[in-house]
Amino acid sequence: MQVTSRHFKDGAHEALQDKDIQTAFSKVKTGFSVARAARVEELPEFEDLRDTAVDIKNHVIENLDYYLEYFEDQVLLQGGKVHWCNSYAEARDAVLKICRDADAKTVTKGKSMITEEMALNDFLSENNIEPIETDLGEYIIQLAHEYPSHIIAPALHKTKEQVSDLFHVKHQEYGLTERQTDPQALVNEARSVLREKYVAADVGITGANFLIAETGSTVIVTNEGNGDLTQSLPKTHIAVASIEKIVPTLEDASTLMRLLARSATGQEMSVYTTFSTGPKRKDDIDGPANFHVILLDSGRSELIGTDKQDLLRCLKCGACMNHCPVYQAVGGHSYGWVYPGPIGAALNPQMVGLEEARHLPNASTFCGRCEEVCPVRIPLPKIMRHWREKSFETQVTPKPERWGIGLWAFFAKRPALYRLVTRCGAMALRLLAGKKGRLKSLPMMKGWTSVRDLPAPQGKTFMDQWKQQKRGNS
Amino acid sequence: MSETPESKTVALFVTCLVDINRPSVAFAAIKLLEQAGCTIVVPDTQTCCGQPAYNSGDKKSTKAIAAAVIEAFKGFQYVVAPSGSCAGMISKHYPELFADDPTMLVAAEELAGRTYELVAFLSDVLNHQPAATALDASLTYHDSCSSLREMKVRDQPRALLASVDGLEIREAEDREACCGFGGTFCIKYSEISGSMVDKKVDNIAATKADILAAGDLGCLMNIAGRLQRRDEDMKVLHVAEVLAGMTDVPGLGEGER
Ligand code: SF4
Repeated sequence: MQVTSRHFKDGAHEALQDKDIQTAFSKVKTGFSVARAARVEELPEFEDLRDTAVDIKNHVIENLDYYLEYFEDQVLLQGGKVHWCNSYAEARDAVLKICRDADAKTVTKGKSMITEEMALNDFLSENNIEPIETDLGEYIIQLAHEYPSHIIAPALHKTKEQVSDLFHVKHQEYGLTERQTDPQALVNEARSVLREKYVAADVGITGANFLIAETGSTVIVTNEGNGDLTQSLPKTHIAVASIEKIVPTLEDASTLMRLLARSATGQEMSVYTTFSTGPKRKDDIDGPANFHVILLDSGRSELIGTDKQDLLRCLKCGACMNHCPVYQAVGGHSYGWVYPGPIGAALNPQMVGLEEARHLPNASTFCGRCEEVCPVRIPLPKIMRHWREKSFETQVTPKPERWGIGLWAFFAKRPALYRLVTRCGAMALRLLAGKKGRLKSLPMMKGWTSVRDLPAPQGKTFMDQWKQQKRGNS
Repeated sequence: MSETPESKTVALFVTCLVDINRPSVAFAAIKLLEQAGCTIVVPDTQTCCGQPAYNSGDKKSTKAIAAAVIEAFKGFQYVVAPSGSCAGMISKHYPELFADDPTMLVAAEELAGRTYELVAFLSDVLNHQPAATALDASLTYHDSCSSLREMKVRDQPRALLASVDGLEIREAEDREACCGFGGTFCIKYSEISGSMVDKKVDNIAATKADILAAGDLGCLMNIAGRLQRRDEDMKVLHVAEVLAGMTDVPGLGEGER
């Protein structure tokens, strides 16, 4: 996927000006966050569950090679194949080869963030294979030639009217000429178009929420059931997953699943949970004849043993973005790569380079709400802070900012000088404000005064007054 | 420093914003602490807790400033700040800063262990009810993020405010959302910050309370500035000023009357 994180501020500006986006994102709070709070309330052991999840994930990360090999052995035993890929390019080639072997013209796809990372759709199209997204949200943005703005609800930024217009234009070719406006009618229309595609597809590609070492299974959770059809109707099923998706046992997967849906959408469980274990067996009525797992590293293993290792626990539930005030203001596209919100701010600099993604970890107030809701307790602000320090050290932080902080620190380290400067500053601002008690504009503080007044200092600094009082007393 | 068994010595961490912008908050804090029987000391080598540098990624400067704070507040029984964010910086982040320096780490942890946010200190340590003050007004309290999440201050200010005679507390919607201050964030990403503080002000204004109070001057300056830019009529005060009965000082950004 093309990276545009560099333009975070411009993206944010556009999103803030866009009424549709603002309406769409303001609903994140009332939709997902309120539901999450309700489900958490219902489950007294939620906090314990989080601790267990952290332990499971940490244990896996520390023994990753062992579980990955175990997983591979089980997949082979079941008659499937595992493809180890280091880079996006390797993974794309592996997918293409399987598709070619299957003589594929079209592939259906279940929602998968990892294939967004790989920019798989464009790659397949370039190779004359038509990819069709089957998740409703993904389908909408595929039609609109856009990319996801949320990892759980990819078309969150689109209004019902926009979807209605889009379908009206794009579904003409299927003889569906009437413009639908009712949400259910729109869903039905998409469904009828997709139904044909499922049957025609030669290959089905899904992501995986979990890979289970014990059984060699891949697991996906969906709310539309599109994942089931994507992986069971075509002759060949490819599951694409990054290496940290592995869990030791079925039991562990179920522990994590209890947290996942609650954190993501405020459901007890997703509507569909689908396990794939190898290709169709002799007596099975349906299922794919070929089963492949693409195991992608793409820099993940480099995180192990670093202070960013905690990122590998991420379940991609989206809770952090649902509770992030910055995400709610600027939307997902501003972040400029696959993962928006706090997880994007912490992960993307690693994946796309700090220079490119420097704004993301900076554009946070460190309010801490993301860490508070993350089911696997990833210290997101701490990792963002790590990137800020890295930016400062490697001079990715712009010069004026570094000099400004340097100058301020110079005074902060010298109390006597600091007193002098603050005394003058406070008095000057007081005088400037006059009787109004506040300043409407201040050239040096444009960032502040462009959106709010500046309450003026009361006058003398506290330290000055305190000293005087002491002197008066003694 | 001499100390009778019943008196506690408290070193006041004034915070840079209080020092420069609103000394009355420090005086209110002193009044409250003295009412509770504390002896107050104000070390004069303090400047700032170092957050501007820390949040900008300048770890070296932050460490130098933190070391100075640790030195300035050596030996006091308690260190109290009228700010969740500065108290949080000292008690949560100083130990992280010196994680790889064993000697400094001991000193940082030791300071962290005796540093408190003002309202939490009054409630949790002193178990103090402010002298019966009365105020015939309605008030909405803003939870600052650091107070709420780093210092676990949530019920304490509400309980103390509830003891003020005649004061009605009105909770704002989405009260746990950030106001968009975030230190240098509000200047570097002013547009995003503007959108955040606007939502905050929508919710605060909807309470139609007479007063907005919070425990952090950063949030207060941000919210007051936006309230006033929108011509909303609400008096903005630090929670210490309300509890100390100092509500007749002009609110933040308020002109002469
Ligand atoms: S960082 Fe935590 S909250 Fe955010 S997507 Fe990952 S698991 Fe969910």
